Amino acid sequence: MAQEPVLAVESLRVEFATGDAPPVVAVSDMSFEVHRGETLCIVGESGCGKSLTALSILRLLPRPYGRIGAGRVLLDGRDLTTVSEAEIRAVRGRAISMIFQEPMTSLNPVLTVGRQIAETVMVHEGLSWQDCMDRALEMLRQVRIPEPERRLHEYPHQLSGGMRQRVMIAMALACRPRVLLADEPTTALDVTIQAQILDLIRDLQQETGAAVVLITHDLGVVAEMAQRVLVMYAGSKVEEGSVEEIFDAPSHPYTRGLMAAMPHLGGGRGKRLNEIPGVVPALDARPPGCAFAPRCMQAVARCHAEAPPLVQIGGTHTVACWAHGQGARA
Amino acid sequence: MAASEVTAATAAVAPTARRRPSRLRRIRRYLLPAMGAVLLVILILSALVAPWMAPYDPFEMNVVDRLLPPNEAYWFGTDAYGRDIFSRTLYGGRVSLVVGASVALASTAIGLLIGVIAGYFRMADAILMRIMDGLMAIPGILLAIGLMSLTRASIWVVIVAITIPEVPRVVRLVRSVVLSVREQVYIQAATAIGTRFPRLMVRHILPSTFAPLIVQATYIAASAVLLESYLSFLGVGTPPEIPSWGNIIAEGRLYVQIAFWNILFPSIFLALMVLSINVLGDGLRDMLDPRLARRL
Amino acid sequence: MTGKTSVLDVQGLVKHYSVGRGLFGSGRRRLHAVDGVSFAIAPGETLGLVGESGCGKSTVGKAVLRLVEPTAGRIVLEGEDITSLSRSALIAKRRKMQVIFQDPYSSLNPRMTAGEIVQEPLINFGIGTRAEQQERVAALFARVGLRPDQRNNYPHEFSGGQRQRLGIARALALGPSVVIADEPVSALDVSVQAQVINLLMDLQEEYGLSYLFIAHDLGVVEHISHRVAVMYLGKIVETAPRDMLFAEPRHPYTEALLAAVPVSHPRMRRRRVVLKGDVPSPINPPSGCRFHTRCPIAVARCREEEPALLGDSSGHSVACHLRTPAN
Repeated sequence: MAQEPVLAVESLRVEFATGDAPPVVAVSDMSFEVHRGETLCIVGESGCGKSLTALSILRLLPRPYGRIGAGRVLLDGRDLTTVSEAEIRAVRGRAISMIFQEPMTSLNPVLTVGRQIAETVMVHEGLSWQDCMDRALEMLRQVRIPEPERRLHEYPHQLSGGMRQRVMIAMALACRPRVLLADEPTTALDVTIQAQILDLIRDLQQETGAAVVLITHDLGVVAEMAQRVLVMYAGSKVEEGSVEEIFDAPSHPYTRGLMAAMPHLGGGRGKRLNEIPGVVPALDARPPGCAFAPRCMQAVARCHAEAPPLVQIGGTHTVACWAHGQGARA
Repeated sequence: MAASEVTAATAAVAPTARRRPSRLRRIRRYLLPAMGAVLLVILILSALVAPWMAPYDPFEMNVVDRLLPPNEAYWFGTDAYGRDIFSRTLYGGRVSLVVGASVALASTAIGLLIGVIAGYFRMADAILMRIMDGLMAIPGILLAIGLMSLTRASIWVVIVAITIPEVPRVVRLVRSVVLSVREQVYIQAATAIGTRFPRLMVRHILPSTFAPLIVQATYIAASAVLLESYLSFLGVGTPPEIPSWGNIIAEGRLYVQIAFWNILFPSIFLALMVLSINVLGDGLRDMLDPRLARRL
Repeated sequence: MTGKTSVLDVQGLVKHYSVGRGLFGSGRRRLHAVDGVSFAIAPGETLGLVGESGCGKSTVGKAVLRLVEPTAGRIVLEGEDITSLSRSALIAKRRKMQVIFQDPYSSLNPRMTAGEIVQEPLINFGIGTRAEQQERVAALFARVGLRPDQRNNYPHEFSGGQRQRLGIARALALGPSVVIADEPVSALDVSVQAQVINLLMDLQEEYGLSYLFIAHDLGVVEHISHRVAVMYLGKIVETAPRDMLFAEPRHPYTEALLAAVPVSHPRMRRRRVVLKGDVPSPINPPSGCRFHTRCPIAVARCREEEPALLGDSSGHSVACHLRTPAN
């Protein structure tokens, strides 16, 4: 891709700190780029830091503990980590917007959905109230909510889970953002509703050309949606590549383990699943060296002592594993 | 997942947060309750050792020494009959303690029993709770006056009169805890492994009520101490010959313009006792269950 | 499956809930959570029960265990009708049928240690002396992959996967023949989920357990089940041996469910038939076939007449006017 990325994250470190104790590093040395119209999936298990990465892009880390320890977040080349509070507020919801897993807690229960969408537009674009409500109606139509005129005046609790997620998407896209951060947008939904929402995100992306960062634990969702994939484990990127590269040649033992552990339709009926032994290490008890080493079948002495760097093993395919290190197999 | 990840990350630093809280938080969390506890222990001890510590017999009248201001012989001065107010105040603490402790114990015990029944058995719930609503509507002071006019004044009547209106409050608390616990999946799990009712109650349901109950008991004790004084002051409480703080204040009120110490010292003791119990209760609440802070 | 060979036989199970009165107190509205569900499970067999949230699959599990009282129907456990047993008579039967819950957090009493949790069923049935119980607990811990020295820890000191292992140990303590597993892995991470599924399959082989495996994840259900039943709005719409159901789904709802599952490789991406709309409310379920409001092939008859669940000799049954197992 020759053109400039819309969003670039460079060597981001997210840490949690209190008082004079040394900070706990939740995400370290995270870098990625997303281009216009592209979908990047960040995949990993709970506690791997994928949600914190997304929150730190918009500087929404929980106060007072969380903070960006190092790195840059570039939106069209402008570093969002150094702009003023007012400027970042202008970015939120307008240039970059975010949707969450549980739409009910992200919507205000005492305001009608139309009003909530219209207020987002009002804040960012300063149109008249009537224009804002018109835009809200148009957005509800765009996210294919049946009877949008009626729904406009309803409250979140009157809508089903799938419908609420559509409202969230309508609100997120109301100001035509350049980047959409979607944090597990379908995890709380049933599989038929998930299919509807994924289709919707894909269609709207084509219409608006937004870059999408989709955070998920579900490799099936990744296979459906991604152009590029970034696999995280214990706060670090362990593998990144195009969706074909990752699915055709998963190279990090963790990626391979995840794929083998996921039961999928038509695969290995009645046989044992490949399991990854052990559990994800706690945030403040991450091992030295490669964080995955204690659970890795191929780990050698070096893995426990020294963290492997990211190395390029194919066109756009990078992996952080000593098995692919300089001279190892490359 | 965003929420859980944030919680996990915050929890990871929370141990450090717990070890080194800000100075203000530390005072609020530990120092105040500790001071309350120390003060309460002193007050309790002083009441317990009153017979040995009091310099005079609290009933002994000494007409020569009427309404003396505090001096070396009578630390808190004397009342209109020349009785030593320091001795009377120490003895008065015993009445307050007995009333506070008895009311707290009786109302939590009765309230626990009724609350558990109301929370667990849906049939009994409607009837019991209407009765509780009825009890709650009776003002404690009117009840005391009524009881006094029916029987002879005694400290036990005072305890009953204060306990009855407190019971519904305990019942409501216990019932709400039981109602929320019985919906927990682990209660279903216990049922599924064949747990019988008595064990289900004792091992799975009752333990959840203890923390809020202990906290509630301290508040009840404090308010009972205060109520006993109101009632005595109004002449419908502890029999006037017994030196309770309320009685001492009631008698002293006639001479307040010439002998303010008659009411000053018992009032200070009363205030300190109520304050220390309440501060201790707040501390217990914060320690036992921070979520309770919002419920009580 | 005849009544003789099955460990658990459920006939016409119904569970309705009252949900408050209408505006003028006229007639209570009823929520049809489960509306006539029948199935049987053979020894050592896993029946997967799938459906979307609100279809009543969890209620089926709870009603079979009589954790909620069924409105109607018959539950036969090892040849004995337990539907109308008194509470105390039922307790004796609980040894034979155990449950694993979805949420490994709320299903363990936070005030009891791990050892006490697993020991409790043994205490309830007075099995063995205290020392023997301790021994059995240690053996159960080892069997489900927990360290015996973790016995004195409280639930909050365990990870989600470990808690689920505790729940499994508790269920196994009494040596049941049937285990109702209600979404046992849906709260777990993928890598841990695989560990728990493998454990469940090993235990089945070892002890000849029968599972009623309730889940919404078709991948998991396909993996672990021998037979699968698909539920929609309180009714079973299709049931068949696993391979048959996944290879040739007959009911349009089963087809839609399968089509909605995300692909396992990006090259398999396709434009699929997306089911329109949401599941209707179980308070006023649609007339006729309950799926007709979302069905792509519905005809007039589907709106009026309810299709019966008809089976063929291979054990494939479908409740649809337009699709039968035979054609």
